[in-house]
Amino acid sequence: MLRYFLARLLTFIPTFIGVTLISWGFIRVLPGDPIIVMAGERGLTEDRYNELVTQFGFDQPKLVQFWNYLTGVLQGDLGQSFVTKRPVWDEFFALFPATLELSIVAIIIAVVLGVTAGVIAAVNRGKFLDRALMTSALVGYSMPIFWWALLLIIVFSGNLGWTPVSGRIGLQYFFDDVTGFMLIDSVLSGQKGAFTSAVRHLILPSLVLATVPLAVIARQTRSAMLEVLSEDYIRTARAKGLHPARVNGLHALRNAMIPVITVIGLSVGTLMAGAILTETIFSWPGIGKWMVDSIFRRDYPVVQGGLLLIAVIVMVVNLTVDVLYGLINPKIRKR
Amino acid sequence: MDAATNTPPVRPSRLAEFWRYFRENRGAVIGLYVFVLFVLLAIFAPLLAPYGPTEQMRDNTLMPPAWQEGGSWAFPLGTDPLGRDMLSRLLHGARYSFFVGIIVVVVAATGGILLGLAAGFAPRWIDTIIMRVMDIILAFPSLLLALVLVAILGPSLLNAIIAIAIVLQPHYVRLTRASVMNELSKDYVISARVAGARLPRLMFITVLPNCLAPIIVQAALSFSNAILDVAALGFLGMGAQPPTPEWGTMLAEAREFILRAWWVVTFPGIAILVTVLAINLMGDGLRDALDPKLKRS
Repeated sequence: MLRYFLARLLTFIPTFIGVTLISWGFIRVLPGDPIIVMAGERGLTEDRYNELVTQFGFDQPKLVQFWNYLTGVLQGDLGQSFVTKRPVWDEFFALFPATLELSIVAIIIAVVLGVTAGVIAAVNRGKFLDRALMTSALVGYSMPIFWWALLLIIVFSGNLGWTPVSGRIGLQYFFDDVTGFMLIDSVLSGQKGAFTSAVRHLILPSLVLATVPLAVIARQTRSAMLEVLSEDYIRTARAKGLHPARVNGLHALRNAMIPVITVIGLSVGTLMAGAILTETIFSWPGIGKWMVDSIFRRDYPVVQGGLLLIAVIVMVVNLTVDVLYGLINPKIRKR
Repeated sequence: MDAATNTPPVRPSRLAEFWRYFRENRGAVIGLYVFVLFVLLAIFAPLLAPYGPTEQMRDNTLMPPAWQEGGSWAFPLGTDPLGRDMLSRLLHGARYSFFVGIIVVVVAATGGILLGLAAGFAPRWIDTIIMRVMDIILAFPSLLLALVLVAILGPSLLNAIIAIAIVLQPHYVRLTRASVMNELSKDYVISARVAGARLPRLMFITVLPNCLAPIIVQAALSFSNAILDVAALGFLGMGAQPPTPEWGTMLAEAREFILRAWWVVTFPGIAILVTVLAINLMGDGLRDALDPKLKRS
């Protein structure tokens, strides 16, 4: 097991360096001078231009520049935002809890509803319920989520007036960050109505973000369940006269969950991509919106730092899933 | 006529077999019909559309659809804030979506298949390098990577296409390599090798045709992904630029009117959803028809 873990960890290192190289290289390799682009239409005097070139180290050899960036990254130094002048690292971790909270709630919704739908569909294979659920799942999978978000806003915020359109909590509530999770902090603050306000702000964005993973998990659970349900040991369990709920829920689902867990792990990338759209539409102050804003502002240190950190998070989650998978399924370790 | 009778009966029957399995999946057949309909609408858009896609009729801004009060059959799906006919814009928008889908699939699949074949046949170290690079690309969420690429290359439909093709390519590399690895140890490949087939022949004529099934399924998947991603980029203002009637861009322009004019938001979204759904239905059918594990012999 340790060997498997170390082997997986070893492939992490070159990928990490590669990811750093790409985040760093985008701005330097592709056409367009970042300093000119940053200055925008105002333009720059030649002296100021040269000053900036020296300040960002663009006059040094590319290899030295990359080495400086890489060593900086390893020490938690991702440079400063052009716009706010604050360290990219600090900005990222100030906003990250908002995205994390949104993603966790979304993945909970996706897993609970997705696994339930998948099991119900598999048990009712070929019947109306199966077809209805799987058609809905395919619709969810095909959904342009930015449009889905707009529709939900029209119905629930516009017509019904149930949910707010943007932000994390009503403006009348104010309290300090403790955990960074609005759901927890609002309870800790003890202010009346704060928690309800946080939930009402969270519900639409998390539903939107959950849509695609929910559909994927439902489809995956169904096919994994179908595969397991045809196994001999399930027939044995049935023949023993066990209650169908016990067979489906305990014997089958437990083994069907193995591939499903992988899918859940792999949807972290999907969640991050979804967060970009969801957060932009709902003005959710998280990483996704921050990245989009920075891209529009040409705030290159933020773009490259954010890109790198997001990739590292995705890689760490994938590594964790791989290791967990190795723990659950010893066959994998041999490869 | 002679040539036709001389060809061995294997090929037509293979296609017929495929069609038999494909037809069993009712959803896939519906998807295929919808897809063909959309292709036809896209091809004949200039003939079918009542107006030009960017023609502004300033006296008729934000007209509701014909069946709603205040609507007119002159504009069956209403008009947008600049008085452009929604139906005409949607029909022209179909052309962009299919254009995007086709180019992305062709570019990503060609590049991905070539790299995948190379990785499968090449010595271990080249294989390792190729696969590590693909891992690196896959570590970035696709939309984010595409967004940054487009931001640097400059927002345009072409750059969005390039970015999405790059982002979708690693899937083809992985699939092709995995299939190649699987085929390489089989007898027919060894016998071709023994018979003296050279590398290009082995790669493209002996092995590749037997690896195509999962790649075709992937092509359908990435076709719909490409349409979704380009629409998302357009929606974020980093894809096609106004006044291009691309569906995502149309949604972006309509955003501020969502509570006043539901039709400017609803119709482009339905167009994206129905197209993507049709392609995904077809993709499911393709997988069922091409995946030998599910075939009943």
